[in-house]
Amino acid sequence: MSKYLLNKFLFTVDRDPELVERYREEPRATVEWWESEYANRILGCHTGESSTWLRFDDVEREALAAHDYPRLFELGAHPFLTLTLFIAMFERDHPPLGFQLEYARRLSHMRLPYPDIAT
Amino acid sequence: MAEVVAVIASTHHPFYYRASTATGEDRPPFADEWVRKVEAFRQTLTRADPDVLVMVGSDHFHQLWLDNMPQFLVGKAPFYDANFYNEEREFGLPRMLFKGQEDLSAYILREGLDAGFDLAFSNELRIDHSITCPIITLRPQNDLPIVPVYTNIFAPPLPRPGRFVALGRTIRQLVESWPADRRVAIIGTGHLSLELGGPRQFGPHGPDPEFDRKAVEWISTGDIEGCLSEVTLDSLWEPGNATHGFMDFMLMMGVAGEGRKADYVDTYDLFHTMEAYFTWYPSGGGSA
Repeated sequence: MSKYLLNKFLFTVDRDPELVERYREEPRATVEWWESEYANRILGCHTGESSTWLRFDDVEREALAAHDYPRLFELGAHPFLTLTLFIAMFERDHPPLGFQLEYARRLSHMRLPYPDIAT
Repeated sequence: MAEVVAVIASTHHPFYYRASTATGEDRPPFADEWVRKVEAFRQTLTRADPDVLVMVGSDHFHQLWLDNMPQFLVGKAPFYDANFYNEEREFGLPRMLFKGQEDLSAYILREGLDAGFDLAFSNELRIDHSITCPIITLRPQNDLPIVPVYTNIFAPPLPRPGRFVALGRTIRQLVESWPADRRVAIIGTGHLSLELGGPRQFGPHGPDPEFDRKAVEWISTGDIEGCLSEVTLDSLWEPGNATHGFMDFMLMMGVAGEGRKADYVDTYDLFHTMEAYFTWYPSGGGSA
């Protein structure tokens, strides 16, 4: 299990306008592409010096591919990263604050202590 | 020596810019009162007539990332670009450019390292809304050079609350020992109770009004001891999952000093979070 890699996906997609749209429209294909082409990039290094060992487990891959943000919360993905990216993708489909409130409702089964987000 | 002419602690609310500039049907009903409160707060900085700003905030996973995460970082650069694509996208924040007070950055880094804080540094730092929001609210003409100081309130493991207070005390001492005849304001922003990306987010108030009430009391009375006796890394999850940003308020209490009552206190209860504004004048005045 790699909370770090979940966060890295959310972080790198969120900061790239083209990837945000791609993930919104084709989530499963985008996750597959990202895991094979992007997951091992060290962001401060050139691509010849990538890592070799980073991959999602099946549960993580499916949560991302299904846009399943409650599951991402349960897996300990950083809530700020998840929220920011999902607002970018889906706020446009709702009235003002509508998506944020639906997001809260879909997490309403969660109780303290929340899943650990330490990486 | 430099003089600390004002110490300011504030929430940073990325929606203020859009709310305060919106007109007609787009203008939210709470905007006018919010603007009035912010403009009154702004006067507390204007009155101190600073010529340098030390700005304490926290990067929200913009430039700083989990492959190389500093706990405390000081910017040392002649300029700082500011605000990021996702802040333009979500909050409508403008791109900005700041001048840096590079000699004060160098002084804080050197003396801070010698004082026991292993400060990271950045010579090319793009700063985000934790610092641009207070410029927009407190100094919209953006005419003063800054020293940005970033804290990690975001990516565990975090420094403990007492470490934030201690860094605040040290920053105060360092600015006051800076051999330059300059008037420095130290401004830091954080949060009261706050939930982001969790079930309690975007409610009609902050997620924990009782925590907010106590927090405002601790800050406004300078009750560092009382605050430290109740606030821990574990306890801060309870008022809301983003409430560790309160530790930047604790840092500012360290800057202001134990038992030092704030000279100006205001709050504004908004949906989602409570705004809180505090100013201290170390020399008791507030005029140049």
